[in-house]
Amino acid sequence: MIKVEWIFWLCAGFFLIVAVLRLTDRGDTKRLGSAAFWGILAFTFVYGTFVTTGSGSSLVEGIAVLALAALAGVGHPGRGTERTTSQEERKALADRFGNRLFIPALLIPLVAVVFAAALAKVTVGGHLLLEKDFATIIGLGVASVVALVAGMVIFRERHLATPFREGDRLLGHIGWAAILPQFLATLGLLFNEAGVGKAVSRITNAVLPHGVLLLAVLVYCLGMALFTMIMGNAFAAFPVMTAAVGWPILIQQFHGNPPAVFAIGMLAGFCGTLATPMAANFNLVPAALLELKDQYGPIKAQIPTAVPLWVCNVAIMYFFAF
Amino acid sequence: MWVLLAVAVVVVGFALRLNSMLVVTVAGITAGLIAGLSPVAIIRAFGTGFAGSRSVTVFIVVLPVIGLIERYGLQEQARRLISRLRRLTTGRLLAAYLLIRQATCALGLTAVGGPAQAVRPIVAPMSEAAAEREHGRLTDRMREKIRSSAASADTVGLFFGEDIFVAVGSILLITGFVDATYHLKLEALQIALWAIPTAVCALVIHGVRMLRLDRTLSRMAEQGRTASGRGGGSR
Repeated sequence: MIKVEWIFWLCAGFFLIVAVLRLTDRGDTKRLGSAAFWGILAFTFVYGTFVTTGSGSSLVEGIAVLALAALAGVGHPGRGTERTTSQEERKALADRFGNRLFIPALLIPLVAVVFAAALAKVTVGGHLLLEKDFATIIGLGVASVVALVAGMVIFRERHLATPFREGDRLLGHIGWAAILPQFLATLGLLFNEAGVGKAVSRITNAVLPHGVLLLAVLVYCLGMALFTMIMGNAFAAFPVMTAAVGWPILIQQFHGNPPAVFAIGMLAGFCGTLATPMAANFNLVPAALLELKDQYGPIKAQIPTAVPLWVCNVAIMYFFAF
Repeated sequence: MWVLLAVAVVVVGFALRLNSMLVVTVAGITAGLIAGLSPVAIIRAFGTGFAGSRSVTVFIVVLPVIGLIERYGLQEQARRLISRLRRLTTGRLLAAYLLIRQATCALGLTAVGGPAQAVRPIVAPMSEAAAEREHGRLTDRMREKIRSSAASADTVGLFFGEDIFVAVGSILLITGFVDATYHLKLEALQIALWAIPTAVCALVIHGVRMLRLDRTLSRMAEQGRTASGRGGGSR
């Protein structure tokens, strides 16, 4: 059985190579801090395997994670020296390779889809071939390796270091934003433990007008969107808002149609995800990856869609779910 | 109610654009202290949380191959391909990508798009090339606008497409939570069907906004020309 942990180790391998590249880059003024950052990250990815199974110490992992935060806080990792092709060279290379350039790029989704759609259901000797629930991630990992090999062959690239140097260049643009989503997931856990959900449901109950359907729908949808913006994740908001408003008021009191109320409520939360930096993997990472000057650029492009779409959700729920 | 202090840390930190990693760490420690956790327990929570959510960072495995094909001229080739399709403006291109992204996600094929494997290497350069054909040299503001819009098309398509697919996380969360808590027996398919009206609204709203991007870009190009005409220039 192919385990998702293998893919995490693959990521760790990449981080480790980047750490070595940073360390040996004499032109990088931040080379020690940058190498430490990617090296520690590689460690957390491998050691994380043992933490999730319980055989490793979460304290050790936690200390490493806080070290990453401290390094990020003082401006690491740096970007390093870029050693890639110039604009003119790229024009000449595009002349030479033409549409063959798209082959590795298209192989990624192709292989990933084969894994997610077909191999996910394959069993070998009574066991699933791919670890349950992780077919997409395993597929993405395998797809990148397949595409990389294909690219090396098509371009007749002889140096194995080249793709990693190029990967280091892109990772340099993302910087610590690469692991911000993981940090936010952790914050979600601590928020839950501290009872943020309970506080939100108490406030919701205090402002909730009883007996008026439209207002109850508004409070449910607004609560989903706002709480999602705070947590960065509609999944965290759903149980809280449903326990406070969705079930007792919309279903029990107003006899709403459960699948409609819950599905649309979740989608009202998604409108919040479009508008919050807390959803870093969807909103901040793309900004870094596209080398935007304004890290909130994608959010600004999404808010004018999120607001009218949220209104649509309220209207659909009000008119069709009761 | 003191827990809302931790939320305030996040809101203020993000609003002031302080280093996000520090903001999140401080907010996490604040939340942990309010919850009455010991310092060691807070560090442990960071460790378990981080180890348990490694899957959100897996997107980085595509970077070596994406970097490699960029080195060999992928973005250049993407631009050339677009320059042959004269009728494909930036807005039409992004609206088309939104539709493709949403449709493939509705079939459960979320790995088809994504910022690392599709937007950076292909969609963004194509959109920029289409705008360059129309307006010549792009100002920094135009470039930011186009790239932000490309990222938004990818995200909106993903969010409001994947929920139509039955086996997606959010639907399983709804059925799992509601069935366990309120003893209902909801069909995942019913929930997926109720996601369709919103998906159509998302396609219409964001699609129209992407199409209108062409007009916004014309206006921005006009402003850019007058600004540089005055001898200012913004380079």
